[in-house]
Amino acid sequence: MCRSRMYKIVFLLVLFLAPGIFLAACGQKVPPEGNSGKDSPGKGEIILATTTSTQDSGLLDVLIPIFEQKTGYKVKTIAVGTGQALAMGEKGNADVMLVHAPEAEMELVKKGAVINRRLVMHNDFVIVGPAEDPAGIKNAKDAAEAFKLIAEKEALFISRGDNSGTHKKELAIWKKAGIENPSGKWYQSTGQGMGATLDVASEKSGYTLTDRATYLTKKDKLHLVILKEKDSSLLNVYHVMQANPDYVKQYNPSTAGMINVEGAKAFMEFMVAPETQKVIGGFGKDKFGQPLFIPDAGKNEAGILE
Amino acid sequence: MDAVVEGVKRALILLFTLDKEIYQITLFTLKVTGTATLISVVLSLPLAFFIALKDFPGKRLIISLANLGMGLPPTVVGLWVSLMLWRSGPFGRFHLIYTPTAMIIAQAIIATPVVLALSTAALQQVDNKLRWQIMALGATPIQMLFLMIKEARYSLLAAVMAGFGAAVSEVGASMMVGGNIAGYTRVLTTAIVLETGRGNFAAALALSFILLLVAYLSTLALTLLQQRRHKDVYN
Repeated sequence: MCRSRMYKIVFLLVLFLAPGIFLAACGQKVPPEGNSGKDSPGKGEIILATTTSTQDSGLLDVLIPIFEQKTGYKVKTIAVGTGQALAMGEKGNADVMLVHAPEAEMELVKKGAVINRRLVMHNDFVIVGPAEDPAGIKNAKDAAEAFKLIAEKEALFISRGDNSGTHKKELAIWKKAGIENPSGKWYQSTGQGMGATLDVASEKSGYTLTDRATYLTKKDKLHLVILKEKDSSLLNVYHVMQANPDYVKQYNPSTAGMINVEGAKAFMEFMVAPETQKVIGGFGKDKFGQPLFIPDAGKNEAGILE
Repeated sequence: MDAVVEGVKRALILLFTLDKEIYQITLFTLKVTGTATLISVVLSLPLAFFIALKDFPGKRLIISLANLGMGLPPTVVGLWVSLMLWRSGPFGRFHLIYTPTAMIIAQAIIATPVVLALSTAALQQVDNKLRWQIMALGATPIQMLFLMIKEARYSLLAAVMAGFGAAVSEVGASMMVGGNIAGYTRVLTTAIVLETGRGNFAAALALSFILLLVAYLSTLALTLLQQRRHKDVYN
């Protein structure tokens, strides 16, 4: 009898000790920035939901440290597809978004889920594929016709398929080409980021739609060439916008209180500030001979179309 | 083939020039996975003793659930933990998402069933007659527990190593709950995914070598200990 009670005591003892060890182990890992907030924990911290292309190109590795140094905010950059980034903002799980799917963004603006949307920069999409160009898209008059040719020849096309900005752009072009739901053995979906998708297209000798920045950063390792570019439908426009606490409040008041409105505002101001825009315009020039992004702050969106 | 040779060469250069970022990521990985493994051991051992020594209704159910949990996909754990820890989730107020703590939680959830199932099996294998003998010699329950641990130490160690291995090699959960933030929540596996996506195959390879090395060293430690036991037997 005594023995079984002892087991129970030891068992309970360890059970109670566990959280203590756990907290002790985690306590030291709380970032010092987290303690600087006086009103609520984590005040000095903003969550930036953005696309894989801004991270894979390395642009944020340059910009974020400058911003952190200037303002004292700690930025948690979460690189996901534009679809998830926007969903995070809508639910209040991110403070600020840097994304590139204007139509999906406008839907959220209309709903009031995101506010203060501002134009930051653009680059463009290009259609890449094997140099042999089996579908002969090189001479197509625009992106939609190129896609149509690929579908007609049933040439292998690798899609992101991840609801990202690039994927949304791709679907828009298919629609323009009169193909509502591309499907078949020739149309394959990776469900992965741009970098990984380019690798797949390269290995399988398929066509894919990519942003120029990611393509240029990986170009040396790919067996893909640019086959269609410089078409107004291939423009890739990035905006920043912040989550709207008033919108989130309707569904989840406690979450709304956690949104860092000031931090998000500071980040957006930073992204459109002249000095930052200059950094953006110069990024990649030394390595690729051309900038990866063209700064657009203050411009009219229609103005960059031509 | 050239890409592979070139990649390996540059990876080795990165390794031996003590690239600061790579070593920082490695240390951080050991810290996160080490803590997660420790937690899973602390949670599992008492339960494993209880299951091994006691008969109670639902015992087989718990064991089968632990066995099932050994195959718990990390991405599933990542999704669950994310939903819990996001600001919009029930534990959002603690600001845990995209922190090392969130990664420790997720990895502990992944490692615990592994440690629990294997350590239960290890303790159940301790000969019943030996237990009776220990008791008959008048050992206190605490002494008994320690003697059992000593008896099953190699299998228990294997359980811990397996838990560590499961946690250190997973990428899905760490990516989702940690966010792969540079200098903050980036571990070896998520860094490999990032560098591969960027086309930096040399850096990705260097990281993969370190990950393999970490995995190998833990196995090596285990093997050495087991070999020592053989010496015990024969001398």
